[in-house]
Amino acid sequence: MNSTTFSRAMARGGALGNERDQLKEAPAQAPERILLAHGSGGRLTQELVRNLFLPAFENPQLAALSDAAVLPELPVGSRPVLTTDAFVVDPPIFPGGDVGYLSVCGTVNDLSVAGARPLYLTWALVLEEGTEGELVRCCVEGAQRAAAEAGIAIVAGDTKVVPRGKGDRIYITTAGLGIMPPNRAVGDARIAPGDVLLVSGPVGDHGATIMACRHELSGEALRSDCAPLNGLTEALFSAGIDVHAMHDPTRGGVVTTCHEVAQRTGLRIVLRESALPVRPAVLALCEVLGLDPLAVPCEGRALIWVPEGEAERALAVLHARGDGRDAARIGRLTAASTDRAPVAIVNALGVERPLDLLSGAGLPRIC
Amino acid sequence: MKDEAVYTDARAVRAVLDQLHVAAARLDRQVTFMEVCGTHTHAIGAAGLRRMLPANVRLVSGPGCPVCVTPVGYLDHAEALAALPDTLLCTFGDLFRVPSSRGSLEKLAASGGRVRVVYSAHDALAIARANPSQRVIFLAIGFETTAPTIAAVLAEAERSWIANFHILPGNKTIPPALRALANDPDVRLDGLILPGHVSVITGADAFAFVARQHRLPAVVTGFSPADIARAILELVRQRAAGRAEVVNHYSRVVSAEGNRVAQELIGRFFESGDAVWRGLGTIPGSGLTLRAQWAHRDAARIPVTLAAPREPAGCRCGEVLRGRIDPPACPLFGRTCTPDEPVGACMVSSEGSCAAWYRHERLGTGADTHSVGAQR
Amino acid sequence: MCLAIPMQLVDRNEHEGVVELKGVRRHVSLMLTPEARVGDHLLVHAGYAIGAVDAEEAAETVRLFEEIIAAEGSSEDAHPEFDEGARRGDVNRER
Repeated sequence: MNSTTFSRAMARGGALGNERDQLKEAPAQAPERILLAHGSGGRLTQELVRNLFLPAFENPQLAALSDAAVLPELPVGSRPVLTTDAFVVDPPIFPGGDVGYLSVCGTVNDLSVAGARPLYLTWALVLEEGTEGELVRCCVEGAQRAAAEAGIAIVAGDTKVVPRGKGDRIYITTAGLGIMPPNRAVGDARIAPGDVLLVSGPVGDHGATIMACRHELSGEALRSDCAPLNGLTEALFSAGIDVHAMHDPTRGGVVTTCHEVAQRTGLRIVLRESALPVRPAVLALCEVLGLDPLAVPCEGRALIWVPEGEAERALAVLHARGDGRDAARIGRLTAASTDRAPVAIVNALGVERPLDLLSGAGLPRIC
Repeated sequence: MKDEAVYTDARAVRAVLDQLHVAAARLDRQVTFMEVCGTHTHAIGAAGLRRMLPANVRLVSGPGCPVCVTPVGYLDHAEALAALPDTLLCTFGDLFRVPSSRGSLEKLAASGGRVRVVYSAHDALAIARANPSQRVIFLAIGFETTAPTIAAVLAEAERSWIANFHILPGNKTIPPALRALANDPDVRLDGLILPGHVSVITGADAFAFVARQHRLPAVVTGFSPADIARAILELVRQRAAGRAEVVNHYSRVVSAEGNRVAQELIGRFFESGDAVWRGLGTIPGSGLTLRAQWAHRDAARIPVTLAAPREPAGCRCGEVLRGRIDPPACPLFGRTCTPDEPVGACMVSSEGSCAAWYRHERLGTGADTHSVGAQR
Repeated sequence: MCLAIPMQLVDRNEHEGVVELKGVRRHVSLMLTPEARVGDHLLVHAGYAIGAVDAEEAAETVRLFEEIIAAEGSSEDAHPEFDEGARRGDVNRER
C-alpha cells in the first residue's frame, strides 16, 4: 500500500482553481465503506480527499496542496511549541463528541496547558478496512468543528487503510504546532510550596461517559467534557494572572497528573475531597462501577497551579467563562517530607490519607 | 432517597465518636473488634476511622474479602481450564490480577489466553449464548451477596437451554468462618462488625449464634462512616455492660430473616461443603458446591492436570486474614508486596486488608507505617 | 465484600428492570426481588437487585443521626485554611 498525502492525490487530479471553488459549495461526503483501495493512492484516495477531507478542512495551507504545508512566519520573538498525540477510543462516537473532535481538542489542549497558543495541526488516520464511511465522516466533521472552536487550522494529513481485523475502526495521530509568546514562562519548574491547585471544572466527565457506554449504563447527564482549552488558558494570561503551571488530567485522571507533578517537582500535593467538583451523574457512575472520580480521565479540564495570592483572581476569571463556571480550588502544595506520601487527600472528616496511583486498569468490581 | 447526606456528614461522625470516647473510658481493658467484611475495611480506611478511635479500642480486619480468601489452587485450576480447547473463561474484574502459582489471569490474557472480565454473571451467560461452540466457564467467587446472583444465572441457563455455560464453584459462606475464628484460641476478639450486604441475603438472625454460642457482641451495619462509628459505639457499650447481643443497625436493608427468594435459589443449586480459605485452611461447611443434579454445569468435574499450588514464600496473608497481625507486620508489606506488584491476594483486592492499609493507613512512601493514634 | 448501591426502580417487566441513581440508569435482573415495584429503591450488586430499601426504616435511621447532630451542636472544620467549602452536594456514599 503506497502512502499518499492529500497534496499528491490532488496534484494528480487536475486543474485546481475551479475545483477549489466547487469544493467550497459541496458538503463533506464519505463512501459507504472504507476499502483497502482508499489508502493506496489511486482514484478512491483522490475521491476521499476531494469529497471528504478538503470540504471539511477548509484553509489556505491545505488548499495549496503541496507535499508539505508552508506556514506563515511566526511572530517575532515567539518560540515554536510542538506536540504529538495518538487517539484510540472505544466507542469512537460518544455523548459529547467523537474521536475526531477529541483528537483536535486533545492536541490543542496539550499546547494550551504548556502555555502556548495553538495554531496548526496535522491529522493522520489509520482506518480499518470495512469501517463505515459515516463514522469517518462524523470524525472528520468533529475534527473541523473542534478546529473552528479552537481557531486552529488542520494543514496536513494522511490516510492509511489496514486489512480488516488489523485495526479497530479508526486510529488518529496528530502533531500540533503553537507559539509561546515572549516573556511567558509556564512549567513545573515554577511550582513552589504554598502554591494553590485549581481545577477548571467538574472532573471525570469524559471517562465516566466512556465507561457508561462500554458497560451499557445510560444517563442523559453523562456527557464527555471534551473541549478546547485555549480560550480559557489565554483568558488567564490576558488577565495578567501569574500562572505557574498547567496540565490537563487525561489518562489516569487528576491523581495521575498530581503524582507526575509531585515527582517532577519534589513537592507534596494535598487535595481536599469536599472541594472537588464532580457532577452527581459522574459520582453515581463511579459508585456503580467501583471507580474513583479522581482516577477517571477528563478531556476538557485544566489543572492550574498559581501562587496563593493569585487564586481568587484566577477563579474570578474562570467563573466568568461558561467553561470555567465550576472552577474550584482543590489543593495546595507543600514541601516534601520523607514520612508523608507525595499526594494526599483530606476527606470530609478532616483526615489526611495518602492518595495512590491506581494499580492496573480500572476494572469493574464486585467487592 | 432524600437525606442521604447525613450518613457522610462529618458532624454526625464526630458526634458519635465523642460518645465513643466517653463510653470507652468505662472499659477495664483494651478491646479488639473485627470488621469481617472487606468492604467495611475499605470504608474504614477511606474515612480514616482507625486513627480516630480511642486508644483502648482496636480494629482488626477479618477474612471477608472473597478475592483474598480464594486459594492459589483455584487460580491454578482456572488457568488449567483456560488452556483447554474451545474454552473461554469469564471472571469478575476482582480476580484478574490475583497471583496464581505461576502467573495471573491478567498475564494469561496478555499472552493470548481466553479470559474475559465481566461485571455480572449475567454477562457471562450472554457470552455463552453468543458463542455456542465454546465452553464458557464462569469463575464463581463471592459470599452470600454474590452467590444468589450466580444461582439465578444457572436457573436462567437451565430455563433457556444454554448448555455451554458452566461455573467453577468457589463461593463461600461467612457464618462457618466466623465460627472458626471464634473457636481459634489465638484470635481474641471482643466483638464483630458484621457484613452489611451478606446480611441482606442471609438475614440478621443467621448471625445470632455469634452472641448465643460465643458470647460476642455483634452489629450488622452499613458502610458509611456514620454507620460504622455507630456500630463501634454499640460494641463498646455492650462490652462495658457485659452484654453480648447481635444488633441490626442496617435495618433499612437488612431484615431478621433475609431474602427468602435468594436463599431458595442458593439452596436449589448449591449445597454446603468443605472449602479451602487462603490463609485459614479448610473450614468445614463453608463452601458452596453444585448439587449432583447440576453436574453438567460443574467445571470442577472437567478432567485437568493440576500441579501442587505454590504459596509465595514469606507471605503472611493467612495471619492477616485472621486478624492476628496487622499488615505492616508481614515482612513483604510495602517492600516486595505492593498494590502494583502484589505477592499475596490481600494486596490485590482493593478491599484486602493489606491493600487497604497500604492505601489508607500508611503515611510514608514505603513500608514504614505509623501506628495510628487518634488524630482529632 | 460487596459493592452494592441503592438505585430506584423506574421501569420493569417480568424478570428485569431499569434502575436509576442521579440520572445514571442500568438494567438489572429482578429475579431475586420479584415483588419490587416501580418507585422502590433497590440495592444493586453485580447486575442484580438483591434487596429493597425499607423507606420507613431508612427515614428512622436518618432521624436518628440528625438527632445526634442536633444534640452535639455545630463543630468547626478541621482544615480552616480552605475556604471553598463543600461543593460535592449530597452524595450517597453507601456501599
